[in-house]
Amino acid sequence: MSIWLGLAGFGIVFFSAALMLGLLFLRRKKPYVFRDIPAITKLRQAVGLVVEDGSRLHVSLGRGSLNSPQSASALAGLALLRRLADLTSAGDQPPIVTSGDATLAILSQDTLQAAASFSEQGAFDPTAGRLTGLTPFSYAAGAIPAIRDENVSANLLMGNFGVEVGLLTDAVERMNTFVLAGSDNLAAQAVIYASAKEALIGEEIYAAGAYVEAGRSHTASLTVQDILRWLIIAIILAGALLTLAGVL
Amino acid sequence: MNRTRFLSTLIGIFSTAIAIASGALVLAGYFFAEQADGQASLLTNIRLTLLQWAIILAGFAIFIGIFSLFLVHFKKIQKKEKGSVYSILLIISLLATFLFGLVKPGQVGKVFTTVQLPVEASLMALLTVTLTYASIRLLRRRLDLFSVIFLLTAVLILLGTAPLPFLGNVPGLSTWARPFISHVLAGAGARGILLGMALGTLTTGLRILFGADRPYGGNK
Repeated sequence: MSIWLGLAGFGIVFFSAALMLGLLFLRRKKPYVFRDIPAITKLRQAVGLVVEDGSRLHVSLGRGSLNSPQSASALAGLALLRRLADLTSAGDQPPIVTSGDATLAILSQDTLQAAASFSEQGAFDPTAGRLTGLTPFSYAAGAIPAIRDENVSANLLMGNFGVEVGLLTDAVERMNTFVLAGSDNLAAQAVIYASAKEALIGEEIYAAGAYVEAGRSHTASLTVQDILRWLIIAIILAGALLTLAGVL
Repeated sequence: MNRTRFLSTLIGIFSTAIAIASGALVLAGYFFAEQADGQASLLTNIRLTLLQWAIILAGFAIFIGIFSLFLVHFKKIQKKEKGSVYSILLIISLLATFLFGLVKPGQVGKVFTTVQLPVEASLMALLTVTLTYASIRLLRRRLDLFSVIFLLTAVLILLGTAPLPFLGNVPGLSTWARPFISHVLAGAGARGILLGMALGTLTTGLRILFGADRPYGGNK
């Protein structure tokens, strides 16, 4: 049985990979058009303001360990960080990145270093990518001073958070700065919806890269997500109809 | 191309190759875990070995992360930045816990249960107040149909879960409305969100596997 399950899993991944590669190398005459996500439009405006007023962008990547499935949201956050670091490279100060997992902190330093090497200033500060705590609340408590004391005017909270994200959004609210937050955790999404100015719900965190033009791979992966979603909807509807008809 | 840039490109190619190969082997280890006779396949053994290596590396990463945390706060103290008093407290606590761990390695968990746990519990309590306040302000911040539905659902679930003083359970709410909302409406919505996130996780993983996103070697 597990051999068949393994084969089914392999089939799904292989199909998705083939679809993504096909879309990646397909030359389209018209660019892809995605539905509007106002929160991401506001993020771009906030990033523009960061460059203009010489303040800083704060990115928090959550505490999803790279050894766990929760790392995907943080990896999506890292890809977005790379693009935003490029966009803010004309500014006076590089972004600050906080995380609750040591491997994520190291990856964030690497991403900032790569962005710095392509910026005009070229200066890289290793302390800009920080581990703030290893437990949920110590991580949140450690990230709050970055929001409060480091001349931050825009915050991006994207990764695996729990309900402790409420403390971060509250700190942002007190400083009256911009925040865009998204998590892969359902409880955290509810907290974010209630407490953040701009919220990304569900798979929108994985779509953000395509919206900030992080590269063709992001556009292709978002298109693959859409195609697979329609396939799943069709399968669910077909399953429901067959159950109603008494076939299943 | 100068020597430094050449070396950097070489390291980038090398790390990308290692990441793609490791990712592909671990993924294949999940799909082809068993042989026809039910025994663990060679791919499973490779996957387990690679995951053990990853755990060892993650342990070392914690050491680097804590050193980085120490450095951030040490710099804050040096520059006499705002809130550096808290940085002094952090460094003293860090060193004290480290020394305690060296002297009494078997009892280092006590520091966690007697200091860290109560502090985190009080932060959780603080969060309750913060979230109540945020919910009250939600309609002022975002006045739309979804916010109204969100608040109504939260109130109904709260009323259906916690008995009211002197009244007890509200008839119909605890027995019918709350289970219907949480199991049918919220359950269906949650499954939809989880399916969407599973697709997002899949495509993010594929981007890393293709080497299109390279957070480890710095996307150029």
